[in-house]
Amino acid sequence: MLDDKDRIFTNLYGFEDWRLPGARARGDWDGTKEILAKGRDGIIDLMKKSGLRGRGGAGFPTGVKWSFMPKQSDGRPHFLVINADESEPGTCKDRDIMRHDPHKLIEGALIAGFAMGANACYIYIRGEFFREAEHLNVAVAEAYEAGLIGKNACGSGWDYDITVHRGAGAYICGEETGLLESLEGKKGQPRLKPPFPAASGLYGCPTTINNVESIAVAPTILRRGPEWFAGLGRPNNVGTKVFCIAGHVNKPCNVEEVMGIPLKELIEKHAGGVRGGWDNLLAIIPGGASVPLLPKSTCDTILMDFDSLREVKSGLGTAAVIVMDKSTDVVKAIARLSKFYMHESCGQCTPCREGTGWLWRIMERMVKGEAELEEIDLLEQVTYQIEGHTICALGDAAAWPVQGLIRHFRPEMERRIVARKQARVARAA
Amino acid sequence: MSAQAEPVTFAFTPEYRARADKIIARYPKGRQQSALLPLLDLAQRQAGWIPRAAIEHIAEILEIAPMRVEEVVSFYTMFHGKAVGKHVVWLCTTTPCWLCGSDDIVARCKQVLGIELGETTPDGMFTLLETECLGACVNAPMVQIDDDYFEDLTPDSVQAVLEAYKRGETPKPGSQSGRHTSEPAGGATTLKSRSATR
Repeated sequence: MLDDKDRIFTNLYGFEDWRLPGARARGDWDGTKEILAKGRDGIIDLMKKSGLRGRGGAGFPTGVKWSFMPKQSDGRPHFLVINADESEPGTCKDRDIMRHDPHKLIEGALIAGFAMGANACYIYIRGEFFREAEHLNVAVAEAYEAGLIGKNACGSGWDYDITVHRGAGAYICGEETGLLESLEGKKGQPRLKPPFPAASGLYGCPTTINNVESIAVAPTILRRGPEWFAGLGRPNNVGTKVFCIAGHVNKPCNVEEVMGIPLKELIEKHAGGVRGGWDNLLAIIPGGASVPLLPKSTCDTILMDFDSLREVKSGLGTAAVIVMDKSTDVVKAIARLSKFYMHESCGQCTPCREGTGWLWRIMERMVKGEAELEEIDLLEQVTYQIEGHTICALGDAAAWPVQGLIRHFRPEMERRIVARKQARVARAA
Repeated sequence: MSAQAEPVTFAFTPEYRARADKIIARYPKGRQQSALLPLLDLAQRQAGWIPRAAIEHIAEILEIAPMRVEEVVSFYTMFHGKAVGKHVVWLCTTTPCWLCGSDDIVARCKQVLGIELGETTPDGMFTLLETECLGACVNAPMVQIDDDYFEDLTPDSVQAVLEAYKRGETPKPGSQSGRHTSEPAGGATTLKSRSATR
């Protein structure tokens, strides 16, 4: 278990003052000018050494991502865009960072923006997070007032502006190019890549899009040193991580823990255990709705990090753990996710627009067993016709939960189909 | 209320117009379309929904085609293309909330308000809408009413919240089960060394 002294988000639950005096008391904005004095390359180098991998789901090394920005401006401004469109079902960690520790995000935004040659940052926050946006706006105003951002931010000689921009309710705007479209005042339909945002992003200018947590941990990493962060967890899966634990546990919660903590330990230490005890566990979704679920047998020993979960054909995603006990109708739980993806498909690519509807309709029949046994294979085929055939990853995200269900709960799906047929025969007799 | 007539004209009040101008100034010159979502939010706060006249008004301010505004209104869940009640109740029913009993929350809301999903009460006070994950999953089940989240609900506690709104009160948002925010119920398991943390 992580020691409190190694926790970054010391006001995760909002027991302390979230405004500037409270943030300063927790060590935020301490020596920011000295961090900036390390220079663009110096900061990026330290971030690479820390081993931080993006906390928004894909796990791409953050320092490497920053290094993709052009070293010299060709006349176009550079932008940092922070993805605060937290919408992955099960995930509610960025919300706590923004409402309880907003200055960590704002300080990180300055440092990251400086490291990529940007003078402007947009924080795109989901529209429903109205109160969280209020906190962010207050914190941004405090930072301007104190000279921490704005002209000559922290006395560094670097000018830096931050704007909080609210979305209006669309999961797809969490996809980085869908987000850029939305920020430009359009429908949030993802763009074809290339060009990648680092070459042509917001307003056609070099842009980097990072998750809230990735940015908010950066100041602490740079203050304490990359070795400290890299020393937590195991190689390639380092640092701390805010986990969300929802569903059938006794005490659902968010908690910052060490990367790679055993799933069972995470649930039993912090979430009060599975409702009815560990043996009452049916399955969990380990990283937000998009990743395939895992049966209990895997959950017994699995470590919560990128590589461990990848080895069992799932993923860390946003580290949002959705727990299902044995009372769960697991087919219905996944069918509800299919409905989610159908609702949230932006409609741009045919395989996703049509396929997500197909998945949902077949899944609804599977819930009741109103299907033929062969249709399980048909359902799986449909997922492969969507996966990899769309502009963005929403299609993949719609496919994976269904694939996971078939992989681990095929006998349950078959049982329903057979039971329904037998009931019909019995009625006819 | 639901049959509210389409207003012929719409213009921001001087106060809202000043706020709109401030918002537009946040974006680079020539990129004023970036202000579209915030301006639609303002229009909805003023009119209660987004009438056709507001679409035209905003298109004019931002110097874009009304069609560009209209397609945005229909793309995003939070914009109402038709009149809604004074309070909009958004019921989250995505899997994490569903696992924690959102079906019972939906049923109780329908019963208390006497309407189905997508409907508005005859007195124009409430509109009931189903929505997708609102990002408060460790406090499931939850609903959003206007700008606030109500979390850790039971059928009885959501009924109490709705009845408070009916009486014209503003109930306290957040967890309705007595916990502070997203810490484990009964007390945090971490950050105990910090004096302010209980």
